[in-house]
Amino acid sequence: MELLVASAIGILTAGGIYLMLRLRTFPVILGISLLTYAVNVFLFASGRLSVGAPPILRDGIETYTDPLPQALVLTAIVISFGMTAVVVMIALGAYLGSNDDHVDDTADIQAAGSEDAT
Amino acid sequence: MTHWIIAPVILPALLAPFIVLAARYHIGIQRVFSVAGVLALIAIALGLAWQASDGTITLYQLGDWAAPFGIVLVADRLSTLMVLLTAVLALFVLLYAIGSEWDNRGRHFHALFQFQLMGIMGAFLTGDLFNLFVFFEVLLIASYGLMIHSGGNARLRAGVQYVLFNLLGSTLFLFALGAIYAEAGTLNMADLAQRVRLIDGTETVGVRLAAVLLLLVFAIKAAVLPLHFWLPSSYAEAPAPVAALFAIMTKVGAYAIIRVYTMVFSPDLDVTAGLHTTWLLPAALASLAIGMIGILAARHLDRLVAFAVIGSMGMVMVAISLFTPTSISAARYYTVHSTLAAAALFLIVDLVKTGRADLSLIAQPVIPGAALTSALFFAAAIAMAGLPPLSGFVGKLLVLDAAFTTTSAAWVWAIILISSLIAVVGFSRAGSVLFWKAKAMPVVEDPEQEEDVLPPATLSYVAVGGLLALLVAHTVFAGPATRYMTAISNQLFNPEPYIATVLDTPGKLSTPKEGY
Repeated sequence: MELLVASAIGILTAGGIYLMLRLRTFPVILGISLLTYAVNVFLFASGRLSVGAPPILRDGIETYTDPLPQALVLTAIVISFGMTAVVVMIALGAYLGSNDDHVDDTADIQAAGSEDAT
Repeated sequence: MTHWIIAPVILPALLAPFIVLAARYHIGIQRVFSVAGVLALIAIALGLAWQASDGTITLYQLGDWAAPFGIVLVADRLSTLMVLLTAVLALFVLLYAIGSEWDNRGRHFHALFQFQLMGIMGAFLTGDLFNLFVFFEVLLIASYGLMIHSGGNARLRAGVQYVLFNLLGSTLFLFALGAIYAEAGTLNMADLAQRVRLIDGTETVGVRLAAVLLLLVFAIKAAVLPLHFWLPSSYAEAPAPVAALFAIMTKVGAYAIIRVYTMVFSPDLDVTAGLHTTWLLPAALASLAIGMIGILAARHLDRLVAFAVIGSMGMVMVAISLFTPTSISAARYYTVHSTLAAAALFLIVDLVKTGRADLSLIAQPVIPGAALTSALFFAAAIAMAGLPPLSGFVGKLLVLDAAFTTTSAAWVWAIILISSLIAVVGFSRAGSVLFWKAKAMPVVEDPEQEEDVLPPATLSYVAVGGLLALLVAHTVFAGPATRYMTAISNQLFNPEPYIATVLDTPGKLSTPKEGY
């Protein structure tokens, strides 16, 4: 199971970083999402992997799983979900406004950038 | 019970929804409540700073849960100073936003502003690493909204870059936290400080990795080279008051580095030995140099100021990475100076912008209110470049003095002095093009356009003047200020009272001391 989880984190991270290095917003946002999935699994694994063990005290049970990483993962999931929604909205706004979804700024955009864009 | 510590977090957190829900369409009510909230924040921050000034460390256990299990807020000298600085900066930024009508150019400026304050205050006060992450996210998500306030294509595009870069930073932060938790089993800073010392010397890979990842995350926030790429375009495109408030956000990164790397991964710890001198110092020197060269190379005034921010952050980071008590207190002094000076400069950029077609550094006809604006620019540029008589000079002197006894003194002195010269040249070029060459330009042909342009409002000048007055006060009272900064670094380099306060204060679940 360690191998499975570790390689899942690794593949997700690799895919996420590859997509993040693309030039257009959609692949970059996908890459960010993959990275957040990877980090969620990683956080989950940081409390040691155990199967079928309860996180809270019960009578007659010896092995427990660490409940804290689960709480951390929940927080991380909520935050990354919200952040992804925000970035999708801003990216959509930028795309609809300038009809161009490149992440980098081209020279003419940079020149136009100093003018007040309001 | 010391409930006051949570007040700087709670007050904006309650005020912001109130502004959104109850005063949505009434900009006047929003302004009144926002200013009143910030004034109350200043009063609270003054009280907290007074409480902490004699060295007492006060603790707030959320839900009365004891430290390693519950989340704690801790107010010591450093965090209360940063809280006070944030509150004071917020007041002047808010006054400027009201005076220049920036808050009325889009919805929800005041609500987002309060949420941003909540995040910054929380990040300064928390004693828990995961809680630090959460407050980072609070301040970031508010800053995304503020960054694209009043819209526009260039701003939205810069906003996308800013958000994506910070999302990557947050992901790295989570990786670092996961690694720390896997190694040490705790995320409370005081608890962590004790536990990393127990880690066996042969099994330090995970902790080293976590320490470096965490440093990377904070370096992204502090815009240290080579992680500074997000800063110039986002700060230049952000609305002026927002950019001025962002001046404190890079300092959150610097604060986190000081906090975590004095207490948890301190320089005497074998596990992370050499991290500061080998990696952080060269990066800080490089960002100082790049920032100052950027001042000279910038073709637009807003980019120039953004590079000045990178340069001054480089200076703060140089002082931090020397990691001696004197250098940390120099870093604190310079942080206060650099926050105020950068905010003043961003506001002045906006003053210059009224009446000019754009901010490119070529001569254009005289702007309305040029006399006062140019005087303010002159003062702020002197402060930022670190010339006497303003506090930039004192701060730079303190950093140089702190570096004098270290082994890397030659490098630090050379780069600080040469980069200061470059900054002086860059600022004087910008100032002379903006204000002096403008006199030589012919008056604009079409007079009807000239009538539309009004000089900036008095309140705007009051806000900028207030920031500069604070800089002057920071210079005049440099003696007491440096004594206080020395007290701060003494407290930082003796973290035992902090750790004892956090871990030994009784609360729920606090009794079983032996059974982790």
